[in-house]
Amino acid sequence: MRLDGRFGRFGGCYVPEILVPALEQLEVAFLDAQDDPAFAAELNGLLANYAGRPTPLTRCRNLPGNIYLKREDLLHGGAHKTNQVLGQGLLAKRMGKCRLIAETGAGQHGVATAIVGALLGFETLIYMGAEDVERQQLNVFRMRLMGAEVIPVESGGRTLKDAINEALRDWSASFESTHYLLGTAAGPHPFPTMVREFQRIIGREARAQILEQLGRLPDAVVACVGGGSNAIGLFADFIADDVRLIGVEAAGKGLDGDEHGATLLRGTPGILHGAETYVLQDSDGQVTDTWSVSAGLDYPAVGPEHAHLKDSGRAEYVGATDGEALAAFKALAESEGIICAFESAHALAHAIKLAEQEPASAILVGLSGRGDKDVAQAERLLA
Amino acid sequence: MSRYAAMFNCLGGGGAFGAFLMLGDPDLETSATLLDAAVEAGADMIEVGIPFSDPVADGPVIQAAAQRALAAGVRVGDCLDLIAALRARHSALPIGILTYANIVVARSGFIRDAAEAGADSLLIADVPALEAEPFGREMDQAGIEPVFIAAANTPEQTLRRIASLSKAYTYCVSRAGITGTHLAGQFDSGLIDRVNRAGAPPPVFGFGISMPEHVRAALSAGAKGVICGSAIVEKVGLGEDITPLIRSLKAATRERLGAAMN
Repeated sequence: MRLDGRFGRFGGCYVPEILVPALEQLEVAFLDAQDDPAFAAELNGLLANYAGRPTPLTRCRNLPGNIYLKREDLLHGGAHKTNQVLGQGLLAKRMGKCRLIAETGAGQHGVATAIVGALLGFETLIYMGAEDVERQQLNVFRMRLMGAEVIPVESGGRTLKDAINEALRDWSASFESTHYLLGTAAGPHPFPTMVREFQRIIGREARAQILEQLGRLPDAVVACVGGGSNAIGLFADFIADDVRLIGVEAAGKGLDGDEHGATLLRGTPGILHGAETYVLQDSDGQVTDTWSVSAGLDYPAVGPEHAHLKDSGRAEYVGATDGEALAAFKALAESEGIICAFESAHALAHAIKLAEQEPASAILVGLSGRGDKDVAQAERLLA
Repeated sequence: MSRYAAMFNCLGGGGAFGAFLMLGDPDLETSATLLDAAVEAGADMIEVGIPFSDPVADGPVIQAAAQRALAAGVRVGDCLDLIAALRARHSALPIGILTYANIVVARSGFIRDAAEAGADSLLIADVPALEAEPFGREMDQAGIEPVFIAAANTPEQTLRRIASLSKAYTYCVSRAGITGTHLAGQFDSGLIDRVNRAGAPPPVFGFGISMPEHVRAALSAGAKGVICGSAIVEKVGLGEDITPLIRSLKAATRERLGAAMN
């Protein structure tokens, strides 16, 4: 490897030996592409004319305080995921791969991968926990409509973690023809670095937009954290600024119990899915099942750069419960006319809390996705 | 001399037969009995899995075995006790652990405890040579021999690194992918030659060994031995006797010896 893939003590490349050459090939392709103006031109063209960048920055009119929403919900595909699948899709072409595999939780990354598979002409296969297949029927249909095959994963807790296990198993036999299009800023090097670079556009645009609209930087930047790709993309260009960075994890049914996905708040350092990072686990190192109302935050590890941002003190991590997220989801719909994803509602829940305490603060929230996929569940939960 | 080195020395013209079993599968008591049965049936070396919740290098058979053990409440400490008991019964038997990085890092002093229990080697499936240094240092201090995986796509530079880091044997995979009997291996003498040229420890073929002809093909390719995992563990899952399978596979490792003596 050319880079060490470490963020402080976290990160690295903990995979079976057979996958190391595939990750080395990916690192080389990524670094070469970063220096290639033709790659940047093609990617930027797709981001602008296909995916709809830049996305707007919206100041909330009716929620308390000064909340600004970075509207990744308006991106093609309905979430920030599209930014980085376009980048990885072009890299897969560069490497001469003909097949894409991906894992998905809520289905947003699966949809994004199906989009790029259709657009760039890949055979596409999505691993999705059987539990998630049941609760995200709309996204399953979307993926299939765009020509992707969706494989329900029956092992373990039948959610995102198990889908990643299955994708890694597939890749260890198929790497010559296949690119594993990992969906978040987690996993083995080079994924955390590469996904951050492809998602950096979120924070770069938001920083310029808030400087233009407000005339200064925000006081706090808030994003939800599952694997952590939308948060790291939003944070990246603010890390050098004097701005609070706040990641919001899924506190599920409460941080005091076992039913949550708050890896940074309740986990301990370990090694899972290729990286040293915080992991929700027992004292033997067995990974524990997680819970969140939002399938996209239902994950027992987290991107290694977040682990480092936490330990170094540069970012703060807090939790929002299922109930708090649902209340924020409803409040945004009622007061601003925006239906956001349950994942994004976690970030918004904390932002509203902060805005009530600090009405003068400008708070930038990553609204990472739209809520169409969640409305059926919301209808049941709000009844 | 290490137990592995002594065992390889005593094989004459034949090959070593390694039997893999998941510790605690389906429960602690049965597991102890199965370990003894494997030795009595002729296994020259025993490779034991310590169950992990997320075994990404394993196919459905070994995954199910880990799940059975975890569902039975088996803890890492119980697995070390099983190893210690096996060691007490078989003082010369090479015993190797195959597990995952999170099991190793979660328990402070895991490597020392494994050595004290009597394990001779440790293969961490998701620690490639690239990340091996801190683990290797600790294993050297504890007196446990590191084992690494070599595959057809492993470059020379990595093989040389494996040679400098590892001791007991080199786990050569007969094909890409995960453990399991669903796909036959390619027992390629090219990989064995490359491992030998790099100066790595004795090459042993694993993945896709379920029939005597696989054993013969692996040894003809120049391997010093074979490891059979999924085919044995599948029998455990079905509650079937593992002895006939191990006997027939072990017998195939002696055929070359027989051929050499004729």
